Amino acid sequence: MKLKPNIATSEAGFIFNPATGDSFAANPLAADILARAKAGLDAAAIKADILERYDVAPGQLEKDWDDLLAQLRDFNLLGEAESEHQKVT
Amino acid sequence: MPTSPSPLPASNTRPRLTVAVTGLNATDSPGPGVAVIRALRETTDFDLRIIGLSYEALEPGIYLRELVDKTYQLPYPAAGTAALLARLAHIREREDVAVLIPNFDAELFNFIKLEPELRALGIHTFLPTLAQLDARDKLNLAAFGAAYGFSTPASRPLHSAFEITTAAETLGWPLVLKGRYYDAAVVHSLAQAEQAFARLSGLWGVPLIAQQFVAGQEINIAGLGDGHGRALSAVPMRKLTITDRGKAWAGITLEDEALLALARRFAEATRWRGGFELELIRTAADELVILEINPRFPAWIYLTAAAGQNQPAALLRLALGLPVTMMEGYAVGKMFVRYAWDLITDHTEFQQVAALGEL
Repeated sequence: MKLKPNIATSEAGFIFNPATGDSFAANPLAADILARAKAGLDAAAIKADILERYDVAPGQLEKDWDDLLAQLRDFNLLGEAESEHQKVT
Repeated sequence: MPTSPSPLPASNTRPRLTVAVTGLNATDSPGPGVAVIRALRETTDFDLRIIGLSYEALEPGIYLRELVDKTYQLPYPAAGTAALLARLAHIREREDVAVLIPNFDAELFNFIKLEPELRALGIHTFLPTLAQLDARDKLNLAAFGAAYGFSTPASRPLHSAFEITTAAETLGWPLVLKGRYYDAAVVHSLAQAEQAFARLSGLWGVPLIAQQFVAGQEINIAGLGDGHGRALSAVPMRKLTITDRGKAWAGITLEDEALLALARRFAEATRWRGGFELELIRTAADELVILEINPRFPAWIYLTAAAGQNQPAALLRLALGLPVTMMEGYAVGKMFVRYAWDLITDHTEFQQVAALGEL
């Protein structure tokens, strides 16, 4: 998961796209995931951490992960490589 | 008449300077004057005396005494250049006006025509040329786009309501009907179009402009051209809330190199002189389409100062022939939220403006 480099996120879960002026509110878990992604962790590492900290089945996590990616893509927040990758896979 | 050999009176640290500004109608469809003055007040170059120039006795800026030191009424633009020059000469006998900043589209023609006479009175301006003003006119926008390689919507002039059907056949529905200087309506049917035509032509005369509707995100750019092909400043803004007349009531500065490049290309292609506003649509295909080019600062111009590029203060220097360096960088995500505020004044002040034409 690679956010566009100019996307601003806050600990409170506020997401701001300076190119469009759009802003979004993420729930605490999504905010945590985005913060880790911005810190450079790859998807596998973030998912492993979530599985360790939360009582969630791997299949459910994959489904929710895909939903999150789809939303981020719809909101035009993902970097080009990630966006293209998701389109073809 | 007070005279000074240089536009800058001698001084210690901050020279005193008198600046006249129009567009004091800070209403729900605001003129830019009050925002321009607010930005000018933040200049560190001068100790300013601000002269407001109004057309109506109830323009709110007249009564903003902390921003406007003195106001004089002007004749309406339709009265012509002779009446305007006579009034400005009268004002100049009382006030040491060194710079005048007009802010209405409809008055610009007269002020540009009078530039040499104003200069003879010691009043400096920094305005586009008549050719520049004419080229970006709503009636000429499509030709302007074609000449300079900018994407603009197809449009047709409408001299009567009978021409709507033909225009719709060419441009499709919905259609945007625009007044020559102000106001617009998006119409989805012939009945709506006829109703809008009657309203807009009644307010602003004919021709109206029928413009192809372009869907997408609306973005505005405020800029300042140096007249030699450089945009000294450009700040893009997206409207976050609008009034029922489509005016921005809240907005936010954006970071987007494509928008800045467009503003720079506009200034370079036209050698634009003075403030300007590009009204754009970014389509779903990421194309930037110019809907309008306003030949002056917009009403949200104070946001440029708040974001770190004080365009009105820079224009003041340009008008005086002082150097202005290219402004780089501004605060992204800086927002404005407009508000309504009940100014309290006294009937005696209103009467003075209404009866004597000054306050």
